[in-house]
Amino acid sequence: MSFLEILYFIVPSAIFYAAPLILVAIGGVFSERSGVVNIGLEGLMVIGAFVGILFNLLFADTFGGLTPWLALVAAMVAALLLSLLHAVASISFRADQVVSGVAINLLAIALALYLVKSIFDKGQTDFISERFARYNVPVLSEIPVIGPLFFTSVYNTSFFAIGVAILAWFVIYKTPFGLRLRAVGEHPMAADTMGINVARMRYVAVMISGALAGIGGAIYAQTITGDFGHATINGQGFMALAAMIFGKWHPLGAMGAALFFGFAQSLSIVGSSIPYIQEIPNVFLLILPYVLTIFALAGFIGRANAPKANGKPYIKGQR
Amino acid sequence: MSNRVTNLLVPIVSVVLGLIVGAIIMLVSGYSPIEGYAALWNGIFGDLYTVGETLRQITPYLLAGLAVAFAFRSGLFNIGVEGQLIVGWFAAAYVGVAVELPKIIHLPLAILAAAVAGALWGFVPGLLKAKFRVHEVIVTIMMNYIALHVTNALIRTVSEGGDRTERIFTSASLRSEFLENLTEFSRLHMGLLLALIMVGVMWFILEKTTLGFELKAVGFNQHASEYAGMNVNKNIIMAMVISGAFAGLAGAMEALGTFEYVSSKGGFTGIGFDGIAVALLGMNTPLGVIFGATLFGSLKYGALNMPNAAGIPIEIVEIVIAVIIFFVASGYIIRLLLLRAAGKKKEAK
Repeated sequence: MSFLEILYFIVPSAIFYAAPLILVAIGGVFSERSGVVNIGLEGLMVIGAFVGILFNLLFADTFGGLTPWLALVAAMVAALLLSLLHAVASISFRADQVVSGVAINLLAIALALYLVKSIFDKGQTDFISERFARYNVPVLSEIPVIGPLFFTSVYNTSFFAIGVAILAWFVIYKTPFGLRLRAVGEHPMAADTMGINVARMRYVAVMISGALAGIGGAIYAQTITGDFGHATINGQGFMALAAMIFGKWHPLGAMGAALFFGFAQSLSIVGSSIPYIQEIPNVFLLILPYVLTIFALAGFIGRANAPKANGKPYIKGQR
Repeated sequence: MSNRVTNLLVPIVSVVLGLIVGAIIMLVSGYSPIEGYAALWNGIFGDLYTVGETLRQITPYLLAGLAVAFAFRSGLFNIGVEGQLIVGWFAAAYVGVAVELPKIIHLPLAILAAAVAGALWGFVPGLLKAKFRVHEVIVTIMMNYIALHVTNALIRTVSEGGDRTERIFTSASLRSEFLENLTEFSRLHMGLLLALIMVGVMWFILEKTTLGFELKAVGFNQHASEYAGMNVNKNIIMAMVISGAFAGLAGAMEALGTFEYVSSKGGFTGIGFDGIAVALLGMNTPLGVIFGATLFGSLKYGALNMPNAAGIPIEIVEIVIAVIIFFVASGYIIRLLLLRAAGKKKEAK
């Protein structure tokens, strides 16, 4: 296999694995930039995956090829509602945000499996019939090198994810809303003094993170697994959390990190058929994203600093 | 109402609310909550065998709860108990199968191996926190996944391609015929005793030693501790190491008592995460951990009876546990409501 052929093989698969990670990591950026730690991304993804698959199974006959996209909307709404629970606990009830996130994770997987068993009477759902389809982008896929790398047998969801990342960058860095969002996460008291409603900003941010995590979960389930069971998401949410930190709480950085982690994940799966890569024990590829995140945090790969007020409930009048 | 009473009431109110939410979910999804909770009760106290198995389930919960609580007292959040437990499990099982020694040496050695492995896994986030001010929550989450993948790879190597190790030699086993005969041949083992001793050890360290005093001081206020001449960095590392050792011991319970082997895992055991619930409910005190572990261990084991006896998926109990954590975490609002209720009563008088 030539080097280019290996790239043609690995790059599309990396982008394919990265798409859900990008969306969920961007969700994390919104939440944490506003000062709310969201460990619950994993759980929000689980609910997104479950609702997406359930909607797809129920309505595939009604909506046909449009079903997967509508399933994303359903998943988005469901995860948004669950994220409200996290928002209420960590913003209004002043709960420890990490603990509340852990509760969201436990609740989501338990609730989803409980419903799966109640509805399907077994441990996982049936396989969906309407999946996102791969296709070749007309004209663009004809370009040499770039065509087969980025525009051949792609998913629309990948373009969607990258589009959301760019949009998120614009919103967070180029709009008044984004400025307020960052202000609330860095110094809520100063923001409050300037007349910004801290609690409302944080609620909105957590809800955005819930919505994006739900969509990410549904994309993961509808492109990669095709059904829902206890191991469907299995740490993808935490991987997205890692991507967010590795990307230094910046939307485009998070996207880059997610693409890289997608690359590592796809290597660990398809690597056994690629020369040189197959020599590396699989375990190193599996732990690579996690080890890199620890290195990034320790400052070996440029310092990653969290937003200053991240994780602290804002209590009016308290210094 | 005194502060102390309110503090005690928060966990109790949370548990009651959790059970009520569970009942509502069962009701809405077409099951009978009475049947469900009856099945849960019988799954815990049904006969001597189930009581033995429930106690067996409580054992690792005690240690996982201690691990989380100990770190909490020093102001650290150890989400990595799960990973530390997994490496402890592997280390104990490895020592159990690799050599055969007289019991008096072999069993302590295997237990020690688990504690050391867990401590090592806790040392890394502790060191990073102390040296680079890296938040321990993220590092421990990452360490969990590294533990999962690394032990799976090691198990494959040790078992030459298989997905579980051999059974450990009986010289490393915690099982006791006496306890098995007592409980109609459940898998209850001597680990329960060890776990209870460890509860005492944690109490002793925290309340009776200089180390414990310093750890708590650092947990309350790092700057004040530093000003008072304590070495904050050393204490952070110590807290994570001891916490990791407790978690490693929880793994030893599974390796040397319950299963007597280690198999590769597709996902986490969940015991480490439930340890967070145990510690929170027990307000991070040694006695509280006994209470929390007993409650969650019983719920977890009793739930296994629910599908057979009442046709209800076992996940209902996980939902209840998650809701309890949620309410305990939101203690502020419960406290506020309790105080209001108490205030109203006073006005009425």
